Amino acid sequence: MQCPKCHAPMHTYNRNGVQIEQCSGCRGIFLDYGELEALTRVESQWSGPAAPPQAPQAYPAPPAPAWGAPHGGHHGGGHGGHYGGKRHKSFGHMLFSS
Amino acid sequence: MTATPLLSALTARARAKAHTHTRTTTPTPCPCGAETLTDRPDATVVRHADTVAKAHAPDTTPAELTARLTTATHLPGILLPPLTPTPTDLHGRLVTFWPYGTPVDPEDPDAAPWEDAATLLARLHRTPAPPGLPPMRGPAKAAQAITRLRATTPQPATTPVLAAWATLPPWARAEAPMREAPGVHPLPGHTHTHTATATATATHTHTHPTTTTLCHGDLHLGQLVRHPAPDGPWLLIDVDDLGIGTPTWDLARPAAWYACGLLPPDEWTRFLTAYRTAGGPAVPPDGDPWPALDVAARALTVQTAALAIVKATAADRPLDDVQQAVVDACARMGSVPPELAHEYAK
Repeated sequence: MQCPKCHAPMHTYNRNGVQIEQCSGCRGIFLDYGELEALTRVESQWSGPAAPPQAPQAYPAPPAPAWGAPHGGHHGGGHGGHYGGKRHKSFGHMLFSS
Repeated sequence: MTATPLLSALTARARAKAHTHTRTTTPTPCPCGAETLTDRPDATVVRHADTVAKAHAPDTTPAELTARLTTATHLPGILLPPLTPTPTDLHGRLVTFWPYGTPVDPEDPDAAPWEDAATLLARLHRTPAPPGLPPMRGPAKAAQAITRLRATTPQPATTPVLAAWATLPPWARAEAPMREAPGVHPLPGHTHTHTATATATATHTHTHPTTTTLCHGDLHLGQLVRHPAPDGPWLLIDVDDLGIGTPTWDLARPAAWYACGLLPPDEWTRFLTAYRTAGGPAVPPDGDPWPALDVAARALTVQTAALAIVKATAADRPLDDVQQAVVDACARMGSVPPELAHEYAK
């Protein structure tokens, strides 16, 4: 989908189990119905007294540069970047090109 | 495809080299599985049986190519050794002969040998550079890509790519020698907080590799073969860009792919961990590798974006999602200058 503000393509990321769309141009974020509530719910769980300060993640994301693509908090779910599930054909070509 | 005189002659040479014990008097089709592996302006590669012949780029000089061949000859187990120690001239092009090795299957990049690639690079980088070897050509290749972009009809994506290129230090643009290694300076404010004004809390003090490291110069998944085919150990091929330089360049393509959101984090982690485990000197043994990787990863992101625009424009195609992701990364570089790039993007 395209960003309603700047019309750059939007990419889907999985943040705390919630699908969010982020614009690759202006970095704006689009939330579907109920997603803001879902994020708020997750946040309140994290800040609750019983919850650990950092939810353990099966695969903590390795460091990335500031200019990098936004990586979701969870990986391997098939929703982040371009690498979920079957690898993009164009990226397959890029892997082998000078 | 019409066979050029060079391609025909190269094929004949490969065939003669591969079948030295076979008397062939007529140019009948060879039953051995001959094939043209590459036929581009800068390289033509043909295979006959277990022999590969490569015609190098027209601007290749005999002295530099011979020095690179000598290096490959002396590093079996890391680089595929050539069949002949010096290039020969064919139709005005330098030609070299190599044993055939089995490449990574382009249809199955998920089977990419990331650990083997990283370990080979670490071993290459730990090898004392032989005297007389020319500079690694990574920055020169990036500059070539920018030259091609500038010769292409400007596209909307051209501006952010050229802007990102302009932020790179001169050595990464092949405008100055690789005198100083990136990251060799203490980085003020190297901290994992969000605060740009944070004072220096974790100065980067590891011993950084100097720019006298032996480097491959053009690492990607097409630069690995198993030799002997089909299941021998993995080796690095293609010495055209091999030389002395900054070893981060050899890690920078996978790093750039990861940064652009293309290479999954687990594959990047496998590659980086294997490199560190093998004692590779391009990055500190633990902690954040990005202060060391940043400039080279930016350069290769820019190079990849530039060539994507050149090719898409020539084919009158729009950029696909993957190519656009690389251009998007270039656009973001403009707001994060290299010296601040050690800040996390969270």
